Amino acid sequence: MNIHEYQAKQLLKQYGVAVPPGESCTTVVEARAIAEKLFSSGHKLLVIKSQIHAGGRGKGTFKHGFHGGVKLARSVDEAVNLADNMLGKTLVTKQTGPEGRVVSTLLVAGAETIKKEFYLAVLLDRANSRPLIMASTEGGVEIEEVAEKTPEKIVKEWVDPAIGFQPFQGRKIASALGLKGDLFNQACKLIAGVYKTWWECDASMVEINPLAIVETPEGKEAMVCVDAKIGLDDNALYRHKDILAMRDLAEESPLEVEASKFSLNYIKLDGNIACLVNGAGLAMSTMDIIQYFGGNPANFLDVGGGASKEQVTAAFKIILTDPSVKGILVNIFGGIMDCNVIATGIVEAVKETGLTLPLVVRLEGNNVAAGQHTLAHSGLTLITGDTMADAAQKVVKAVGK
Amino acid sequence: MAILVTPQTKVLVQGITGSFGARHAQLSLEYGTQVVAGVTPGKGGQVFEHKGFKVPIFDTVAEAVKQTGATASAVFVPPPFAADAILEGVDAGLELVVAITEGIPVRDMVALKRAMGGSKTRLIGPNCPGIVTPGTGTDSQGGCRIGIAPGYIHKKGNIGVVSRSGTLTYEAVFQLTSRGVGQSTCVGIGGDPVNGTSHLDVIQMFMADPETHGIIMIGEIGGSAEEEAAEWIARHGTKPVAGFIAGSTAPPGRRMGHAGAIVSGGKGTAEAKIEAFKAAGIGIAATPSDMADTLLKLLK
Repeated sequence: MNIHEYQAKQLLKQYGVAVPPGESCTTVVEARAIAEKLFSSGHKLLVIKSQIHAGGRGKGTFKHGFHGGVKLARSVDEAVNLADNMLGKTLVTKQTGPEGRVVSTLLVAGAETIKKEFYLAVLLDRANSRPLIMASTEGGVEIEEVAEKTPEKIVKEWVDPAIGFQPFQGRKIASALGLKGDLFNQACKLIAGVYKTWWECDASMVEINPLAIVETPEGKEAMVCVDAKIGLDDNALYRHKDILAMRDLAEESPLEVEASKFSLNYIKLDGNIACLVNGAGLAMSTMDIIQYFGGNPANFLDVGGGASKEQVTAAFKIILTDPSVKGILVNIFGGIMDCNVIATGIVEAVKETGLTLPLVVRLEGNNVAAGQHTLAHSGLTLITGDTMADAAQKVVKAVGK
Repeated sequence: MAILVTPQTKVLVQGITGSFGARHAQLSLEYGTQVVAGVTPGKGGQVFEHKGFKVPIFDTVAEAVKQTGATASAVFVPPPFAADAILEGVDAGLELVVAITEGIPVRDMVALKRAMGGSKTRLIGPNCPGIVTPGTGTDSQGGCRIGIAPGYIHKKGNIGVVSRSGTLTYEAVFQLTSRGVGQSTCVGIGGDPVNGTSHLDVIQMFMADPETHGIIMIGEIGGSAEEEAAEWIARHGTKPVAGFIAGSTAPPGRRMGHAGAIVSGGKGTAEAKIEAFKAAGIGIAATPSDMADTLLKLLK
């Protein structure tokens, strides 16, 4: 699960991590109030940041023509004007796709002068199943590029789960980043806090880019998280009700949200051949084989081990809500699942949805003969496939180009 | 003699009284598996009955082991309690724990894996379909089935199958069986990013097993386990290996069903894994329909 920048900063603040002063708001009136508070407390410059679950906000453009989802404001009026141009408007960035995202929340924060930018992240290293803290003097840029071009500029510290993060590890990182004196100490505290956030919130990733040395309104140097991105482990949300409450359904595809209500695992893609499969690996490879034979998959859909009649019908309805879909491939390997149960579910779903698109069904496994019999005598027009390859070729042909 | 389990392996089922655990304990018993005990805290003393089979239930794994000599466990325990159940099996000195549970928090697995380092227990999974060593009876009955795989698709033979996926594994197994080619052991290592046993661990076992003559390896996007296995196979492999990687069409950054099936920061792509397979001389199935045939060509 993803959360917004302002929510990530809220979490980090709870663990003692320094973030720029600021607050989130959903109306222009609120934006004005926050701006007034910040200017009167000594800030000369504010930043107004669109809150969406996608990057590239600064360089993005709003559909109504306004440029930039992250803008500076030198006065309350300017802040209010920017807020008015962002709230309720659709922001298109490199990462949102052409449809963009509606901006419902802004983060209004103090924009302190940045002296230097760093990169800091905590994630799982899958190679050794250990938490990994990554830091770099190259902040404010794509870390993948740094990893490719100048890997020596990335410092790594692995945490031993048996003893947890040790303060000396923070000191090693701060030193490697070239920090000295008070900034060194600030960094140590910040790194410890960022790690603690990751571990205690069950995060999959905490990314601070940039982590910056800034000049505060009082003229001091401080290390703060200028931007923050946190992804949470879906499997752990059951034990973080407060974080689960941060979920923003508006940032998720409506079809995916609908599917999750029926315990269906659905991910929308941009093709025109829908698939309905039992098992994640089989579902992925069904998308792959459609493409192999020249088609374009419209979705990933794993009905899981259950696949009751209700779920199959719900799955069909969700698939058919996507107007790009021109054909459907059902690929089921009935292990414990009974092929006849699936077949019955398909027949009912087709009747209930009034499906007229080409439907190719490939059943294999447990009670397959009965399942195929049910389909053959259903009175429905459908195409059966023997192997996955056969079924994929048939659906691609039926849909055409 | 196959790997990890034989028809003689004594198995206990943790979570045997839950509906999921009960259903698969029944199927394992019908398959001929030596299910000798169940463990459900608070239900010790009860008996799990199915078609004439009577399986005693215990409160703890330690007690079950003491009374029945079980050496392997199937964990059918819900996610909030699964890591604890696995650790209980490790603590009781089991040789093998197969964790079926999907949804265990990554943090629990990170801590658990560290805690069980150095123990004699091998963990398979979590989020896996389990292990099958087929038997010689009808529909391969008489073998050992730990987990949720359909027993009847198997056939006793000499091909080892190792996979992160469930139903995609059944595809491969079914293809082999349909061609009259049997399996030594089929191992599902699961779809999670942190697991107890990797492709490489299983492949090394297959390479050392006199009963295994060829291997099918099924992988998917996310992580680098397939690349790691491919590198080892290139240098030390002594038997033919065919492989398939699922997820070439998966969009980056999205979790494709399995918690571990995600391309992150450009890493873990299907292309990279397929390249690694090519470099190691592993036969590559272009589609899931070709998995068995790809291996059989190499065995000629």
